[in-house]
Amino acid sequence: MLPPNFPPLEDILRLAPEVVLCVFGILIMLVDPFVPRAYRAPTRTLALLGAGLALGATSLAALHPGLAFYGLLRIDSFSVFLHWLIGGIAALVILGSSDYLAREGLPSGEFYALVLFGTAGMEVMASAQELVTAFIGLEMSSIASYILASYRRNAPRANESAMKYFLLGSFATAFFLYGVALVYGATGTTLLPQMDRAPANPTLLKLGLGMIFIGLAFKVAAAPFQLWTPDVYEGAPTPVTALLSAGPKAAAFAVLLRIMVTVVAASQLWFWALWIAAALTMFAGNLAALVQSSVKRMLAYSSIAHAGYILVAFAARNEIGTAAVLFYLVAYALMKLGAFTLMAHLGGEGERRLEINDYAGLGEQQPVAAACLSLYLLSLLGLPVTAGFLGKLYIFNAALKSHLVWLAVLLAVNSVIAAYYYLRIIVVMYMRPAQQEWAPLPIPAAVGLVLLVTAAGTLYLGLFPGIVMNFAAQSALLLR
Amino acid sequence: MPNSYLLTVITFLPLAGSAALLLLRGDDHAWIRRLALVVALAEFIISLLLLRGFDTASPFYQFEERRAWMTSPPIYYHLGVYGISLFLVLLTTFLTPLALLASWTSIAKRVREFFVMLLVLETGMIGVFLALDLFLFFLFWEAMLLPMYFLIGIWGHERRIYAAVKFVLFTMAGSVLMLVGMLWLYNVTGSFDLPVIQGLLQSGQVGLAPRAELLLFGAFFLAFAIKVPLFPLHTWLPDAHVEAPTAGSVILAGVLLKMGTYGLLRFCLPLFPEASRRMAPYVATLAIIGIIYGALVAMVQPDLKKLIAYSSVSHLGFVVLGIFALNTISIEGSIYQMLNHGVSTGALFLLAGMLYDRRHTHLISEFGGLATPMPVLSALFLFVCLSSLGLPMLNGFVGEFLILLGTYGHNARWATFAATGVILSAIYLLWAYQRVFFGGVTVERNRALPDASRRERVILFSMAAVILWMGIGSAPFTRRMEASSEHVLTQMQRPSSYEARWNGTPQSAPLEGKLPVLAVAQERAGHP
Repeated sequence: MLPPNFPPLEDILRLAPEVVLCVFGILIMLVDPFVPRAYRAPTRTLALLGAGLALGATSLAALHPGLAFYGLLRIDSFSVFLHWLIGGIAALVILGSSDYLAREGLPSGEFYALVLFGTAGMEVMASAQELVTAFIGLEMSSIASYILASYRRNAPRANESAMKYFLLGSFATAFFLYGVALVYGATGTTLLPQMDRAPANPTLLKLGLGMIFIGLAFKVAAAPFQLWTPDVYEGAPTPVTALLSAGPKAAAFAVLLRIMVTVVAASQLWFWALWIAAALTMFAGNLAALVQSSVKRMLAYSSIAHAGYILVAFAARNEIGTAAVLFYLVAYALMKLGAFTLMAHLGGEGERRLEINDYAGLGEQQPVAAACLSLYLLSLLGLPVTAGFLGKLYIFNAALKSHLVWLAVLLAVNSVIAAYYYLRIIVVMYMRPAQQEWAPLPIPAAVGLVLLVTAAGTLYLGLFPGIVMNFAAQSALLLR
Repeated sequence: MPNSYLLTVITFLPLAGSAALLLLRGDDHAWIRRLALVVALAEFIISLLLLRGFDTASPFYQFEERRAWMTSPPIYYHLGVYGISLFLVLLTTFLTPLALLASWTSIAKRVREFFVMLLVLETGMIGVFLALDLFLFFLFWEAMLLPMYFLIGIWGHERRIYAAVKFVLFTMAGSVLMLVGMLWLYNVTGSFDLPVIQGLLQSGQVGLAPRAELLLFGAFFLAFAIKVPLFPLHTWLPDAHVEAPTAGSVILAGVLLKMGTYGLLRFCLPLFPEASRRMAPYVATLAIIGIIYGALVAMVQPDLKKLIAYSSVSHLGFVVLGIFALNTISIEGSIYQMLNHGVSTGALFLLAGMLYDRRHTHLISEFGGLATPMPVLSALFLFVCLSSLGLPMLNGFVGEFLILLGTYGHNARWATFAATGVILSAIYLLWAYQRVFFGGVTVERNRALPDASRRERVILFSMAAVILWMGIGSAPFTRRMEASSEHVLTQMQRPSSYEARWNGTPQSAPLEGKLPVLAVAQERAGHP
């Protein structure tokens, strides 16, 4: 019955999470036209079901580690780790955005479908072991994000943001693709494991790898390619900002890591680029965040700074560094998802309350929301008993293990700079009286659930990092 | 082991108490205050149990608790108490209930949160003194920042937010570099456990290259010097003290500053002995500048609280000088002076707070002739001033005398300069006292001020009793501290190969054995 050359069942199982996500994405598109617009429950249920089943399918894939589709994909502990992370991010974004969509009167069907498609793309990136496959994943996730960024199409800000994102993003993917072409020209293969073995034209290979690096640096918002980030993050609907800041970044970092660990040439070539990019990115993000008056924009700059912290672990180029990156991505996703979801809720209709002064007096008016936001901010700042602190600790440790003392010192300096603006928000929330009277908005159940998961996760990882860290360390070890 | 949970109980009882406070209704102020006080008093009584089981002759850790916490990196929940930390813990548990009592009526808004913060702060401080794992130490060190930040920022005076942010940023700037230093030590020794690290370094199994030792010393020293605060890093202190509510100032001066000097004794000297010796002249110079500068600036302050704050800079200069004179007597004096300063300056801040409660100002010019309306308060104020300026028979004298004695043996010039600080402290304290309490009543409304209430008398008399006791009966204290200070010097001893490395003998650092850092270093050397 089956056509010849049909891939074996194991291969399909290894791709199961992506398949599930796409199937549910299509299902939502099919169901959506038949449901009245005001009636949002069916699509949301389908989206949540899809994200949940994708997480289940991940454990199915995890039972069958190995190569799939002639080595295009590689399911190992590393990719499973990222599948859990990205799938979890998608589920939390879907959960956190439903009330936002209802409040803003935005259609929900396409939104969820795009989130699922984009997630599938990111998951492909996480397990891709071949550059064209990685590119396909990159495009899937990028195109979905472009549309999501412009989802509030009546808001001029959102349009500007989406346009910018689209143009610069295409530029970046072009860089990436050109790099892939050059690497193929130099080595005759796009399969990562064969790249070192193949007879290489070193100059061409270096050029290609350099371009790939630039393309991915755009995607993770590393300096000097970070300029699009604040505008896009600010203009996009806040739940989308949550997704953008956590998901695509994790996926792009995954591709970067896999290339670096598999291809020795890349890891040698990229060392100084990583060092400089890490230092620049930290300073670019933190210094700009100091002078922001909008909380959303401030956190966008803080995302840039955090990409810089993660790059420090990259520059360490050891297994501890890889594990540190993975752990930090989890910690970072938890705090950013929580903060942006809360911000989407507090922003009120039309997202008008995003200025820092709008948060004055929040500590008394909405103690739970203020406490949660403080927790995320303290974790971003890296105070103990939070996931952010341990993440930073692992990064420091990796850097010192590779004798990158000065990079570690720069990271330390940046932590102090960052303390200023994170504390500013806490100051405003707890130490200044409210500017005007406004009725505290009750937190909807779904948003509350997201806050609970992220806040508890931040604390739990800060106290007992064992499970996640062991998983990350094992993934790093098996990645070679 | 019946006592094996004692330290955990002492550390976390205030935290549990603050959780219990959160269960009370927010507007039920009377019960909130009572519960907080009961917790703090229970804490004090339990901490006294430490004295009973403590073996004074032993310089080693007692009541130790060690449980595995995280596997990679290996982090232990490791607590222990020894000579120096014992007294600092007792100081903390003694001052906290008094600080609570001092805030009984003066804190009117967000009462519950205030007491919660104060108790959380107590857990943080005690944890710092008891932690024997670098990671755990750092955790408490940073965790105690936050409640202090809120105490200053929410319940402080006019410029509270500026002061709170400045306090946090200064402290973080130091502590983040200390974290880097700790991880460096971990990469060299493979452990976060302080006794293990100490053992490895002391026996010479792990050697630090001189440059590495200097850098590490710098990273730790900076964190502690900011906390002490050593001149010229002291600028956060006057702001924080002046803006903080009374309880915050008391804890800040009484305990938080001691965390800096404690850290110097605990980490800088024992872990990096040769770097400490080489840096000692510079540190001592800064300390002496701090002694004289702090005293001179205190003299011209129009604000009573600022005066006390600058006097802290001066007094802590003595402590640092004693530590870096590096001999048994001076270190013993420093430890003693740490306690003295905690009690005396804590009491001064309490008194300033009582004046503030009555008049809502700290300006000396607003007072004058207060001895007439409030004889009891003024008598106690004088008593505390005399203790702070080092009158014989009171506690301050013992500490300063020991420090100067020990320092004189090490370097007579240091001691000479430092001794001027003693004279200056007499001038600024007595002059301020004269302006506030003597003469006729200058401001008419001061005539009607009430004398110390019963609550205030309880606070002040218990302080005075301790001051007197530590002045007359200093022998039981100093006997215990002598063992600790000798132990610090013992910990600074190293095998001869260590000395050779510092004296420029060409043999490269003998980094023997299975250290992770070595593998990386070799790999790197061989790497193209």
